[in-house]
Amino acid sequence: MAETAEANVNEVAAAAHAEHAAEGAAGAEKYASGGEYIGHHLNFLTYGKLPDGHLGFAHTPEEANAMGFWSIHVDTMGISALLGLIFIGLFMTVSRKATSGVPGGLQNAVEFVVELVQNSIKNTFHGTCDFLGPIALTIFCWILMMNMMDLVPVDMIPGAAQMITGNPHLFFKAVPTTDVNITIGFSLSVFLLILYYSIKVKGLGGFLGELAFQPFGKWALPLNLVMEVPAFLAKPVSLALRLFGNLFAGEVIFLVIGLLGYWQLPLNLAWAIFHILVIPLQAYLFMMLTIVNLNQAHQHH
Amino acid sequence: MNLNATIIGQIIAFFAFAWFCQALVWPPIVKALSDRQKKIADGLEAASRAGKDLELAQERATDMLREAKASAAGIIDQANKRANQIVDEAKDKAREEGLRIKAGAQAEIEQQVSQAREHLRHQVAVLAVAGAEKILQSTVDAKVHGELLNKLAASL
Repeated sequence: MAETAEANVNEVAAAAHAEHAAEGAAGAEKYASGGEYIGHHLNFLTYGKLPDGHLGFAHTPEEANAMGFWSIHVDTMGISALLGLIFIGLFMTVSRKATSGVPGGLQNAVEFVVELVQNSIKNTFHGTCDFLGPIALTIFCWILMMNMMDLVPVDMIPGAAQMITGNPHLFFKAVPTTDVNITIGFSLSVFLLILYYSIKVKGLGGFLGELAFQPFGKWALPLNLVMEVPAFLAKPVSLALRLFGNLFAGEVIFLVIGLLGYWQLPLNLAWAIFHILVIPLQAYLFMMLTIVNLNQAHQHH
Repeated sequence: MNLNATIIGQIIAFFAFAWFCQALVWPPIVKALSDRQKKIADGLEAASRAGKDLELAQERATDMLREAKASAAGIIDQANKRANQIVDEAKDKAREEGLRIKAGAQAEIEQQVSQAREHLRHQVAVLAVAGAEKILQSTVDAKVHGELLNKLAASL
């Protein structure tokens, strides 16, 4: 699934570039073609160093590309932080006055989520780690909320951003998990935790020993390294691309449906209903895989 | 698809939120959950204990009732015995009293009988003198024959 999504990305991105080149000549009309509409929606509001040396927002995808690594996607990062704040705020209002008596409606909902996370950990994780519960809860709730932004009609938030700034060509992407940077941010965080707990539990020697002396014993050390190191490094990559691929594909299909005029209404509904399955599934999957990976980090082999 | 510093931003944001969650969100909610679990367990235990207590109390109540009945029967028995005793004592006293009264009456009767007899003796002496006077057509000197007559009366 992730691979097909990647293929989609490349295709669509190429189309977007071509259309943009055409736009330079064509001029004012907002979206000359469907390809441009989609391509425009796939660009980020990127803040970084402009070619003239000033800091500012990129006006074209080329400018964004030229900014290199030291630039930031203000739209997805901002919405990600906003959703994180909503998550923490919501859960904190509950935890502030959490009662062991009869819980109210909001506390009930929050307890449902917390128990879901607790049970997942209890069933999968066989070490002791006080930080894992909060990590898993944060991952699940935060990614769930990010994914849910996909159900907001694709033009609503970018349209609002364009209206507020008065710039009809403003790039704005509303779904953080369709930004590979955000999903890599998540998976690298998990990767750092895996490294930290592996070394903490097994010691640096034990951790490196697992990479070097398994599965074929110490005489096949190079072979072991060739097998184990990529498998270890593949964890965050697969984690990031799975989430990104699913959500990106979903968003692209929303965009394609958005091209269909009035026909988009029933199709949008149908795809949204299908997508409701994907949204919590991917959030849950990311959480579960985090727990599984951290469990492996805690286990001696 | 640019990889850029958003990744770093997201990592920082993730650890910040995870830390917040660990410090402020997770512990109170988990504590509330486990407290409630304990409360419910305690409640169920208390309920079953109360049932057992009730059973015990009922048993004790029946025991006490039985004891009370037994002691009441004992008290009634004792009372009956005492009553019988009192009646018996009263009967004895009454009999004694009766006997005493009867003895007194008998003594009085005997006294009166002896009095009457004495009286009669005197009269017999007088009668005998009178009879003898009639028979002898003469007066018997009381003084001469008195002694004789008195001897006669005493022998009666």
